[in-house]
Amino acid sequence: MSLRKVAVVGAGMTHFVRRAKETPQELAFKAVRVALDSCELTLMDIDAVCLGTAPDSFDGIHMNGEYLSQAAGAFRKPYLRSYVGGGTGVFVPIQGWYHVASGLFDVVLVVAEEKMSSYYPHAQAAFLTIFDHTIERPLKPNLLWIFALEMNRYMTTYGLSKADIARVSVLHKRNAADHPCALLGDPNITVEDVLQSETLAWPVQRLDVSPVSDGAVALVLAAEHVARRITDKPVWIEGVGWCLDTAYWTNRDLAYPRYVEMAAKMAYEMAGIKEPRKEIHIAEPYDPFDYKALHHLEGLQLAERGKAIELYLNGDAERSGNLPICPSGGLLGVGNPIAAAGLMKVAELFWQLRGEAGKRQVPGNPKRGLAQAWGDLMQVGTVIILGR
Amino acid sequence: MNSNPYVPVVSLTEDDFSNGKVLFRHDKLDARYAWDTGIAIGAFLGGLKGGVILGSYCATCRKIVTPPRIVCEWCFRPMRRLVQLADTGRVNTFSLCYVTWDVKRISEPEIPAVIEIDGASPGHGFLHKIGEISPTEVHIGMRVQAVWKPAAERCGSITDILYFRKL
Repeated sequence: MSLRKVAVVGAGMTHFVRRAKETPQELAFKAVRVALDSCELTLMDIDAVCLGTAPDSFDGIHMNGEYLSQAAGAFRKPYLRSYVGGGTGVFVPIQGWYHVASGLFDVVLVVAEEKMSSYYPHAQAAFLTIFDHTIERPLKPNLLWIFALEMNRYMTTYGLSKADIARVSVLHKRNAADHPCALLGDPNITVEDVLQSETLAWPVQRLDVSPVSDGAVALVLAAEHVARRITDKPVWIEGVGWCLDTAYWTNRDLAYPRYVEMAAKMAYEMAGIKEPRKEIHIAEPYDPFDYKALHHLEGLQLAERGKAIELYLNGDAERSGNLPICPSGGLLGVGNPIAAAGLMKVAELFWQLRGEAGKRQVPGNPKRGLAQAWGDLMQVGTVIILGR
Repeated sequence: MNSNPYVPVVSLTEDDFSNGKVLFRHDKLDARYAWDTGIAIGAFLGGLKGGVILGSYCATCRKIVTPPRIVCEWCFRPMRRLVQLADTGRVNTFSLCYVTWDVKRISEPEIPAVIEIDGASPGHGFLHKIGEISPTEVHIGMRVQAVWKPAAERCGSITDILYFRKL
């Protein structure tokens, strides 16, 4: 393949909050503005815009991508919204990557926006339409079911305890205390707090779950010859991968995300990575629920099946550990405005690899990081690898 | 180059709404649909009305899957044969759910589960509920059987099975 090298050259994000006064357009604009400012570009420098936002049902706006277009900087430019549910936040920079790698555009804006608070009384109900209308919705399911069912299968298959899994939530929420945009950072949270929080759908308890949030994130991508003029610290997109499993989720092995493995292998091959556990220095696996981070680390081949928890138990997952995991604070701590949350992870890698992550900075000059998101009907894995 | 990349937004609380500090517009969308059941699920629902669970068979992969479908995703060949399965199975996974779909609290948990149906290939089942059991007794691997609505009340719906109970 003759693909051009593509760099991330700028990034910006809004604070993630439970309920923002700003409209979706206003959130998108704010993130885009700071991302452009971060690399001293203007909209005139942007050739095309890639946008990600999750279900239209949150906003109650059909064709939400079109509604957001001008606020995302796409006025009279080539523009497309991509959508793979929760996986969108990591898919949209992949879309931006192939816009540039293909040679079609030199500088592309990547924008992810989500406003979950408009839906009444609770955004969770907006998810109901993901269930099959004929054979699942008559059972009156709620979104927690699929997570609770998958978590139970995962923890029972490998004999994991709730107390161990709670360590994930504790580390991520503690990490988030250092993030200026975080909604649920807490430097003092303990495993006991998680275990004593309200049971929603056993084994899922309140503090196992990321919060419903509003927010937006934007990145600027550039082809190599442009990137080197914009910044002396380009962060390269070294590998991308994505993959969808069957939508018949009740026919699948819920203990192991094969589709994440396939997406990761595509990205590792492109990046020339043979031993991910040695060659990835920071991992931002998708963590809408604490067990999901473990589930995904195993799919990403960063841990043996059923063993990802050991990274948390032996300290490897901490910022100063051998494989820092979610140094941003993840969805559990920073917040989970669906598409924006995934792109936040990619922005985090950008800041970490440039040494600009402030109090969150991982020591030791990390050279390569991986971000991953997950979604659709529990069936998509999206993976991106950044390096410098 | 090092401008602050984190931009604040105006964060609202429930009080801002109840005290009338912010303006908002409330509306309700009325979206109604009549979904066709299709060929495979139509047959499945017809089976339920008659008190049987159906799967479909792939002659190439030699797999029996449920819910039935007209194409095998593994080999992308048509699945032409429907197979009658047992109304018994095994709990693949379950949850004890204390909130409703609109996040209202309930004291007696609902017990959603994925039930692997006997006669289908290993690991193949569908979503349903478990009943007639104390929540603490449910476990993965538990053998269960469908509890059917009386034949006269069955209408060709997944709810023609009321729930699964311990066998």
